[in-house]
Amino acid sequence: MNTMNNSVEIKNLDLQFGAVKVLQDLNLDIGKGEFLVLLGSSGCGKSTLLNCIAGLLDVTAGQIHINDTNVTWTEPSERGIGMVFQSYALYPQMTVEGNLSFGLKNAKLPKAEIAKRVKHASEILQIEPLLKRKPAALSGGQRQRVAIGRALVRDVDVFLFDEPLSNLDAKLRADLRVEIKRLHQRLENTMIYVTHDQIEAMTLADRIAIMRGGQIMQLGSPDDIYGRPVNKYVAGFIGSPSMNFFDGAIKGGAFTTGDLTIPLTGYDFASGGAVDGPATLGIRPEHVVTGELVDNAPVKVDVGVELIEPTGSDKLIDCQVAGRHFRVRMDGQADVAVGQKLRIGFDPGRASLFDAATEERL
Amino acid sequence: MADASTNALSGPQGPKPRKMLSRRNIFLYGTLFVITVYYALPLYVMIVTSLKGMPEIRLGNVFSPPVEVTFQPWVKAWSEACTGLTCNGLSTGFWNSVQITIPSVILSIMIASVNGYALANWKFKGADIFFTILIFGAFIPYQVMLYPIVIILREIGLYGSLGGLVLVHTIFGMPILTLLFRNYFTSLPEELFKAARVDGAGFWGIYFRIMVPMSLPIFTVAMILQVTGIWNDFLFGVVYTGPETYPMTVSLNNIVNSTQGVKEYNVNMAATLLTGLVPLLIYFVSGRLFVRGIAAGAVKG
Amino acid sequence: MATERPNQLFRNKSSKIAAIPMIVTALFVFVGGTIWTVVYSFTKSGLLPRLNWVGLDQYERLWATRKWLVAIENLVIYGICMLVLVFVIGFILAALIDQKIRFENTVRTIILYPYALSFVVTGLVWQWILNPEFGVESIVRAWGWESFSFDPLYNADIAIYGVLIAGLWQGSGLVMVLMLAGLRGIDQEVWKAARVDGIPTWKTYIFIVIPMMRPVFITTLVLVVTGIVKLYDLIVAQTGGGPGISTEVPAKYVYDMMFQANNLGQGFAASTMMLVTVALIVIPWAILEFGGSKNRG
Ligand SMILES: Nc1ncnc2c1ncn2[C@@H]1O[C@H](COP(=O)(O)OP(=O)(O)OP(=O)(O)O)[C@@H](O)[C@H]1O
Ligand SMILES: [Mg+2]
Repeated sequence: MNTMNNSVEIKNLDLQFGAVKVLQDLNLDIGKGEFLVLLGSSGCGKSTLLNCIAGLLDVTAGQIHINDTNVTWTEPSERGIGMVFQSYALYPQMTVEGNLSFGLKNAKLPKAEIAKRVKHASEILQIEPLLKRKPAALSGGQRQRVAIGRALVRDVDVFLFDEPLSNLDAKLRADLRVEIKRLHQRLENTMIYVTHDQIEAMTLADRIAIMRGGQIMQLGSPDDIYGRPVNKYVAGFIGSPSMNFFDGAIKGGAFTTGDLTIPLTGYDFASGGAVDGPATLGIRPEHVVTGELVDNAPVKVDVGVELIEPTGSDKLIDCQVAGRHFRVRMDGQADVAVGQKLRIGFDPGRASLFDAATEERL
Repeated sequence: MADASTNALSGPQGPKPRKMLSRRNIFLYGTLFVITVYYALPLYVMIVTSLKGMPEIRLGNVFSPPVEVTFQPWVKAWSEACTGLTCNGLSTGFWNSVQITIPSVILSIMIASVNGYALANWKFKGADIFFTILIFGAFIPYQVMLYPIVIILREIGLYGSLGGLVLVHTIFGMPILTLLFRNYFTSLPEELFKAARVDGAGFWGIYFRIMVPMSLPIFTVAMILQVTGIWNDFLFGVVYTGPETYPMTVSLNNIVNSTQGVKEYNVNMAATLLTGLVPLLIYFVSGRLFVRGIAAGAVKG
Repeated sequence: MATERPNQLFRNKSSKIAAIPMIVTALFVFVGGTIWTVVYSFTKSGLLPRLNWVGLDQYERLWATRKWLVAIENLVIYGICMLVLVFVIGFILAALIDQKIRFENTVRTIILYPYALSFVVTGLVWQWILNPEFGVESIVRAWGWESFSFDPLYNADIAIYGVLIAGLWQGSGLVMVLMLAGLRGIDQEVWKAARVDGIPTWKTYIFIVIPMMRPVFITTLVLVVTGIVKLYDLIVAQTGGGPGISTEVPAKYVYDMMFQANNLGQGFAASTMMLVTVALIVIPWAILEFGGSKNRG
């Protein structure tokens, strides 16, 4: 088994709290220098998985390897990880400097080395002017930087982030997101990052793991996950506004729902070809075209505009297609009005088809 | 990675092996065991002593369990034990305490809840000043106010009576109870109060129809706090009542520490246990609420 | 703090009426009573309060009375020991219970029940347990340690420690509960961060958790100290101030002077001294606690 390129490997991991199974037979390999995002709705076990990797929770079964060492029974501080928490978890009675150096002092590192690392980390994070302050005297963004700094000074290969930005306001979140990305490019560490914000996930990740009910639904690049969701859950979870779904059936190479028939010629079937049977078709609102572009679209439908939600950059149009609620994303400048007739079109090649029973991608 | 061989993991896996009898656990549970025994012991001693006869007590020690169980000490403690002058046992004290505790609890909670409500929802100018004084009053050693209250009670003719003691308990319960109620009422959604005002309800209407029904838990906490506090009081009892009106704690002390006659330890312990019974019952029955009560009483907000 | 509502000057009649008991108590009993006592502490009042001024005579006599000095000494010994021990014991108990132990409720219930009992009951039980003829001393001797001697209630030199044992037994449960609440209030992620940093548990407690619990510590401190100053019932029940005057305390001195020795002036002076002691503790605390919060918000 070639494991040389993996930084973190999780093998057959189970975790139970009493009788509640939170993680079930979970396998995950994370490459060296990879930025992996764990994404999923609340309560799906993201934090639990991260805590298992950190060694803060005792696993029920399975193994965890970090840098090719089996660390399943190793103390968190000896696993070569640094962790950043949602609530920052700074030591409130210590200065920023104290926060950064406490762990190092405790590990009996030489003074000069500690000073060097603290200096280095505070330079990277631009918190040098704050070193003498206590956490209470810092803004949320500054606190989070210090929390990152505390992981940084540990000089480790693997960084774990548990929703580090979710306590910040939207603007700050966007700024720090960019900084974390820069940090990753600069340090080239492995980073495992938990979030339930899909924008964060898409922008930061090399690969995203979508979790649900303690299992990984799909593991892949952001493009993959967005473009080729493996099942209906992932398809609906990723993308905002979310995908339009039609329940119908495949018959003779075309998808039929209500009075609408969509030829599936451009569609890349996972299993090779179309099999007749009930299915669900999903189309992202942003993959629907209007205006002149409709002429080139394989599928064209006439709809009536029922509702318009302007978001500034876009306009979301609500309408009915084949008796079903349908949303279309148009340009923010588009000239539409409620009640107006609109011709829309889309390419089945960019749609997703799911088996009606298993909800797996076809 | 689909082949079966990857499923066979080698090396450490699963939970870190922990011995049930790890050194940590032995230390932890050992210490806790010793501690709980230590805390439970006096209760045990009270019970066993109160069930022994005097000859048995003279032969054994305080911890030895009774060989021959007798309830005679309990009977004697209740109705015959002497306080130096009279020999009516604890029963008089018990009924006095009941007569003191019930009205004191009701009165103090009524006054303090209305007060707290006024402070939370109908603030008037200067209310905060009085409230601050009241809270600081909670810290003034009672000794400072003992005698002035004697004078006040004498003036209104309640000195030495049960009514006088009820008044004293109402006064000294006021700071903490008012704080408790004020904080609770402030934590209720303000919209409720506003909606009721819009509907035309007045001060008392809102109090009785909205605040009281919504605040049953805090009333319970206040009740537990007051019943145990008043039942356990000794100082006010001894200062403001006379031999006929002594509360149970004072009678108990007089019985046990009376210098006359032979010391009957079993009767003494039965009497002690009898006096502790009411608060103990409340404690064991109300559990969490009791803890909330003392935490509220202690943390002051 | 309550949000300020528009001032309802004329509609607040009921509210003002409802507040009368509070106003009367605050002004007449707490302020009035305190001033009254302080004023009369400068008089020669004996059986009845009288305004015959003697300046600081009562205080001079007070500080020249051996019983008062013993009382103060006892209060200092009891106070310091109680304070240190109740905090150490209370905190350790809370920390032990916080280790996700089994039977947590049982243990907590047992440790706290003494707090439900009155000081009189507490004093009497411990009087009995410490009885040298039948209690601890006799048991240890029966085990074969013939010369063992532990009779705090009969030995004037250590009598106050006998009271201390009872006081600790009664009061440490409360401190435990408060400390436990404090511990439970600490962000679990801080513990996790400390573990990732490799900080041993005891160091995490001392350098991180305890400093974070400062508010709980201060509140508990104020509570324990005011409780210590009020120490009275326990003494009366357990030792009656004896043997001799070896367990006298200020609160008992005040009572004895006022209601037994018919020396009201002495009682007033002594209680004023108690007031001063409490003020020295409570006022700085109040400034820290409430003065500080005004600046913050
Ligand atoms: N100590 C515990 N005891 C029992 N159940 C727990 C415990 N901690 C977590 N759980 C359960 O495990 C599940 C996963 O929790 P986890 O904290 O990993 O969720 P999450 O994906 O991080 O969610 P969020 O996005 O809200 O942080 C939840 O259903 C939670 O209720
Ligand atoms: Mg989480």
